[in-house]
Amino acid sequence: MAREMEVTLNGEKRRLPEGCSLLELLASLELRVDRVAIELNREIVKRDGWEGTRLQPGDVVEIVHFVGGGR
Amino acid sequence: MRNDVWRIGDREFKSRLILGTGKYESLAVMREALEASGAEIVTVAVRRVDLGDRGAESLLGQIPKGMMLLPNTAACYTAEDAIRYARLGREAGLSNFVKLEVIGDPKTLFPDNEELLVATRQLVKEGFVVLPYTNDDPVVCRKLEDAGAAAVMPMGAPIGSGLGIQNPNNIRIIVESAKVPVIVDAGVGTASDATVAMELGVDGVLMNTGIAGARDPVAMARAMRHAVEAGRLAFRAGRIARRMYATASSPSEGILT
Repeated sequence: MAREMEVTLNGEKRRLPEGCSLLELLASLELRVDRVAIELNREIVKRDGWEGTRLQPGDVVEIVHFVGGGR
Repeated sequence: MRNDVWRIGDREFKSRLILGTGKYESLAVMREALEASGAEIVTVAVRRVDLGDRGAESLLGQIPKGMMLLPNTAACYTAEDAIRYARLGREAGLSNFVKLEVIGDPKTLFPDNEELLVATRQLVKEGFVVLPYTNDDPVVCRKLEDAGAAAVMPMGAPIGSGLGIQNPNNIRIIVESAKVPVIVDAGVGTASDATVAMELGVDGVLMNTGIAGARDPVAMARAMRHAVEAGRLAFRAGRIARRMYATASSPSEGILT
């Protein structure tokens, strides 16, 4: 059993396997979203960096997408 | 009158109506309204994915193919926040267009023009095509243009108010002095409001509540499409001068005695 760590994901504390990559995180969330953007500790991580970016304990992750909005 | 296209940045558009995607009772109604409107640009907001609601219907799946997504920075109160949202929107949407909003007051949703200028300068530096929402103030619009904005978007009236164009003279002055497209953003309540805006010579009109909040949003979307086209045609056709007294249209010769 892999060891766990705590990160903050979209404002909530979550326990994830140690060394979890952003791509693995997305897969585990089973999100049905077309396009998302990811911020790690306030810095955007581009799509091609999701696989290689491994989370550290205490990281703050934001996953955003588009919702209806306008005037 | 044909080929009446217009440009923002490096993109060319035929429709002069830009729609928001908020406040619809369902995504199905939104989709039908977007189709009926003939719009080529739709605004979207950037928000956290709801991790607890995996069955949520996707917005993007209901936006007709070919429409350009224009991420906004709605609900931002500082330049810093707006810049953060703009960057996220670009990353999620894969386009460098941003509808820049920096709000200064929650009751009126008037813009904070000082912060807006700071954010515009920064985002232009980062390669964004910046479309800022602002007051109907010609001086602010000029400053935004100088800061590199690709268009200026003065409000017709407060967001969601449906009051119509409150200060047509200001809009006219902005149109006269701007070298970038002018888009009236906010305040349109019904079709005639959109026509009035276009008759003033603006390049486009952006609306959301006027359609989404109508009893029949799809019918209103169709009405807005015609209203914008009518206003544009009338502007280009050149209206007659206003006169105090009547001038008869039928000949005064050949009248029976």
